Amino acid sequence: MEKLSYITGNEAAVLGAIEGDAESFFGYPITPATEILEGWIRKAEENKNLNYLQTEDEIAAGFAVIGALLAGKKAFTATAGIGHVLMQDPISMAENERLPFVGIIAQRGGPSTGTVIYSQQELNLASYGGNGDGLRIVYSASSVSEVYYLSQKVFSIAWKYRFPTFLLTDGYLAKQRVNTKLEKYLKPFPSSKILREMKDKPTHLRNCYGSEIEFANILKRNIADYKSLINKVAESESYKASDSKYLIIAHGSVASAAKDSVDILRNSNVKAGLLRPITIRPLDSRNIRRLALKAEKVFIIESAFEQFARMIIFKVPEIANKTVKIYKPAEGFTPDEIASLVNEKI
Amino acid sequence: MTKTIDKNFSMPKCFNERSKPSLYCPGCGQSIFLKHLGFIIDDLEIQGKTTLGIDIGCSLLAWNFFNFDIVQTHHGRSVPVAVGYKLSNKRRIVMSIMGDGGGYAIGLQSLLHAAFRNNPISVFVLNNTGYSMTGGQMAPTSIPGEITTTSPSGKDPKNSGKAFHGPELIKQISDNSAYIARASVSNPIMLQKMIKKTLENQIKNNSFSFLEVLTPCPTNWKTTASESFNFLSKMEKEFPIGEMTKNEK
Repeated sequence: MEKLSYITGNEAAVLGAIEGDAESFFGYPITPATEILEGWIRKAEENKNLNYLQTEDEIAAGFAVIGALLAGKKAFTATAGIGHVLMQDPISMAENERLPFVGIIAQRGGPSTGTVIYSQQELNLASYGGNGDGLRIVYSASSVSEVYYLSQKVFSIAWKYRFPTFLLTDGYLAKQRVNTKLEKYLKPFPSSKILREMKDKPTHLRNCYGSEIEFANILKRNIADYKSLINKVAESESYKASDSKYLIIAHGSVASAAKDSVDILRNSNVKAGLLRPITIRPLDSRNIRRLALKAEKVFIIESAFEQFARMIIFKVPEIANKTVKIYKPAEGFTPDEIASLVNEKI
Repeated sequence: MTKTIDKNFSMPKCFNERSKPSLYCPGCGQSIFLKHLGFIIDDLEIQGKTTLGIDIGCSLLAWNFFNFDIVQTHHGRSVPVAVGYKLSNKRRIVMSIMGDGGGYAIGLQSLLHAAFRNNPISVFVLNNTGYSMTGGQMAPTSIPGEITTTSPSGKDPKNSGKAFHGPELIKQISDNSAYIARASVSNPIMLQKMIKKTLENQIKNNSFSFLEVLTPCPTNWKTTASESFNFLSKMEKEFPIGEMTKNEK
């Protein structure tokens, strides 16, 4: 029988990061991401190759991650909510200087305390939160085993393409403890020193420029690099979608509930299917378009207000008129609930 | 020391000649400091072992000043970058350079915690009593009565506090092995001595090392050469030059 580990999403993130050759962690406690900081420190006490610092705030955590990766270490942070807001300062630097910053974002509801379970409200911030053009790669995990797998993968993607890379979870996913399959990511990409310590050819990194034209030319190159990675990086999972009349598009924990609702609907002879983007940025527009155009009706379901729907419809505007958008900001969905919401609208 | 004074008429070997003449304004104290720093890096023969993090503000003009690795960070953030880098690359000699706004306003939290944790980095804060890159706004270090674009009637200590004393604050929370001092570009011999100690303390004692340097900004002070030195003398009365060791026995 396949070996399973009984772990939480946050434990899976720590184990996955270590399997993905992460060496450094910098962070500040914030619910629901705190156990990644705690778990990493416990691992670092056993393994002297791992280092860490609990910093004074998330700004320092992000900039210390940058310091570590300049030295060639696969470094990362984990945060949420307002910590994620503060983190945009270092992330903007990483975007502009093309640094392989890695962050795990355990989403929570808005800035308040207490609403730390079902939110998908940090999608916009994770994807477009910087003060530049937001050239980032963003994954969204929908199960604990996927948290483990993607926590390895984000390091390789970040170092291979040199764009900041994020993994989104939420409080529900981070804190649930389930039997988990630990699948290895088989194409690890190595890190290397960014500040190369060469006396004759020193590295001078900056994001200040002499003119708008100089900066614009660098941005043009970065945007071209980003566009060329889309087909290699964008991915999605479809479930009973190829012949579906009613296509649900959801990501993360909501997609996990929607998968069960597809079975419930199919049992009552409703031809439903699911399309689940695994990368939020870049979106797998090709697959979304292919399946959504075939469907009679599309349902975009999210635990946020219009964040995910706006991204999907911007990429596939043709489906706008046949799309039903279902929002429950900061609240979760059960499979039965999604099934009855779909039934009501068909 | 006579030897080092003579060298003021030459350029440090670790300078990146392609970045000279530098972008600093005529009479700027920051470029004077950087030249002395270059001489000390030559003296200690650490060019091949040094990494520099710089801030936003006038310090960003040093992004390619030397022939060793330099990373330009964000405002107040060269300290946490240096902390993360040093933790990951313990053999490197890691420096952070920033202005008084970066050190004592927006980046104070990181500066204090790096000192509090005794992170083994060398931090230089250049104090010219104002925000220069943005055109001469009031800084925490502005002296009561000082006219800036955001204190047009003179800094009012009732609203804005007195002049901020960085090394004196850091001394309160730092480890006994930390090196903490204040120098002025008006006294190059003492400045070079203190720069050397700020680097050596990181190398030999693996401890936090901090030097504030008083520097003139004739552009924003709107002063002539002699007026600039008069204001620098006024600063030296407000901000006493010297070493602030913890173990004064």
